Amino acid sequence: MPLLNVTGLSVTLSTADGAARAVRDMNFSLEKGETLGIVGESGCGKSITALALMGLLPERSETTGKIEFNGENLLQKPETEMCALRGNRMAMIFQEPMTSLNPVHTIGRQVMEPLRLHKNMTRAEAKAEAVRLLDRVGIPNPQERLGNYPHQLSGGQRQRVMIAMALSCSPDILIADEPTTALDVTIQDQILELIQSLVREEDMALILISHDLGVISENTDRIMVMYGGAAVETGPTETFFEALSHPYSQGLFAAMPKLGMGRTSRLMTIPGVVPDLINLPSGCTFTDRCPLATAECRNSAPPLRQLTAGHNVACYHLDKARTMKAEGLFA
Amino acid sequence: MTEPTTVAVLQVRDLVRHYRLPRESLFKSPGHVYALNGVSFDIQKGKSFGIVGESGCGKSTLARNVMALEETDAGSVKILGNEVVGLSFDQLRPLRRHFQMVFQDPYGSLDPHHDVGWIVAEPLAALGPITQEERARRVTEALESVGLKQRDAHKYPHEFSGGQRQRIAIARALITHPELIVADEAVSALDVSVQAQVLNLLKDLQDTFGVTFMFISHDLAVVEYLCDEVAVMYLGEIVEKGRTEDLFSAPAHPYTRILLDAVPKPGSGKKRDRIKLAGNVTGQTEQRSGCSFQDRCPMARDICKIDKPPLINVGPDHTAACHFSGELREKS
Repeated sequence: MPLLNVTGLSVTLSTADGAARAVRDMNFSLEKGETLGIVGESGCGKSITALALMGLLPERSETTGKIEFNGENLLQKPETEMCALRGNRMAMIFQEPMTSLNPVHTIGRQVMEPLRLHKNMTRAEAKAEAVRLLDRVGIPNPQERLGNYPHQLSGGQRQRVMIAMALSCSPDILIADEPTTALDVTIQDQILELIQSLVREEDMALILISHDLGVISENTDRIMVMYGGAAVETGPTETFFEALSHPYSQGLFAAMPKLGMGRTSRLMTIPGVVPDLINLPSGCTFTDRCPLATAECRNSAPPLRQLTAGHNVACYHLDKARTMKAEGLFA
Repeated sequence: MTEPTTVAVLQVRDLVRHYRLPRESLFKSPGHVYALNGVSFDIQKGKSFGIVGESGCGKSTLARNVMALEETDAGSVKILGNEVVGLSFDQLRPLRRHFQMVFQDPYGSLDPHHDVGWIVAEPLAALGPITQEERARRVTEALESVGLKQRDAHKYPHEFSGGQRQRIAIARALITHPELIVADEAVSALDVSVQAQVLNLLKDLQDTFGVTFMFISHDLAVVEYLCDEVAVMYLGEIVEKGRTEDLFSAPAHPYTRILLDAVPKPGSGKKRDRIKLAGNVTGQTEQRSGCSFQDRCPMARDICKIDKPPLINVGPDHTAACHFSGELREKS
């Protein structure tokens, strides 16, 4: 039995302009110790997926499908049971270390909170454990840092504190939503390295969410590309970029400036903009920007087709997309 | 400098900017943030010059000083041969048509109370009085050059997506036909697919109008794609400068090398071997002897703590401030 099994997950958010289908029919599973990368542009539903897993969606939302964690459907659990799970068995690292720490509490207090709550530690025990955790995530002088407030730390250090908090109860699943987007490249490198080594040591499962294909490809076993609330392509990282087939994944890869590419070649661009989640076509969400789209694409969602073992693509025109890959689909 | 015919659109010499910190004690003199410590470079006409570095290295301070948006402590900034440092607001105004800026945040840099036509036309004030027809013609021309339509002039910023807003900001910068456009992280807030559109637009504008760019970014891949020349900044100093190809293929400063190594590359699947950076960003509030990079440098030796390495030539049009740049280039 996989650690996490998501089937038919859909999230609808009610907004002033109508219902926004933020996530549509997501299916994936995660084994213990496995790392999954979710990549996509803003508004593609990556963060909403993460929040749905954690049960942190806003109240004005509707979630359907199944999220099975150790065989139990999280969507049917009452809030009190979710509270016992969150921060304990599953933990999350948020994007902005500047705003996700509470500015009016010391970091010591914030790191100790899950320990006191979930592990029933005494103040002294929790304090000793907090020092150990801060030391483990590479914060110098942890003893003194306990009394500091978030504004006294740098961005990288704040993200380390967030990681320490997430790890405090050694969760089974760690969800990292854009953990390094606000950080400099050299600090990003250190933080990703830290997350990787901790995940390996604790044998945790990791869901890493990022808009950066580079970050995803260097830190995960499996990649899932999302667009307009739906997963369009998934596959093992090792062969992902060779097998890349979905028109959107191809476009995303071609649009990304890559080091060593030089200045002579031109970046490919995907025409149009990211779709409005309220007026999505009922079929494939990429229809409006896709050079291969036909009426079929607009009206019914394409099924996932297996390309190679473990590599699935949701596209009606898969063969055409593959043959046109060599000459550049968006050229 | 290379050919006698080229004119330096922007010439920056020994630019220094120190911000005073609030006084903490009556008896101690206040500290300073040493944001720029003597930066010099030239940008030739029609070229794009990239400035890379991590947050807090002084990139944005440099942009603000080049644009004469704040007081400069020392040094000189010449735009088309005219000194702009020390000029008053009124004296600067007629010069402003020659240099315009595109800001990072396309949501914050457009006034939501005005329509796009008004926003785009605003820099025309620097040109003196012009007729309504001329004004409308210039707005249409600027909007069309960035791929927007004439009727977009009557819309308001909230009706546009992030990429389109950045186009509006670029149109606003273009309307005075400036020689120099300073773009401070102009594509950082955009999604990959939209970022590619804006980058291509900037390239096309350069080909069509021969605009000179000073392009500030933390993203090395973006800089490599767009810029002819690059300067790498660390703690308010340029540590390496050269043609993009040379600097990226054979970096002569360990910091450049580390920055390049730290960029995650798609497709590799597994982590690469690389030099790692020790320590955190050094504070900018102290002035030290020796190399500014000594605390984090994996190759630092005793000499680095005593002697400050000067920017020396390591190749044609390629300078680096490191005692061991020769050694580093041999290894790569």
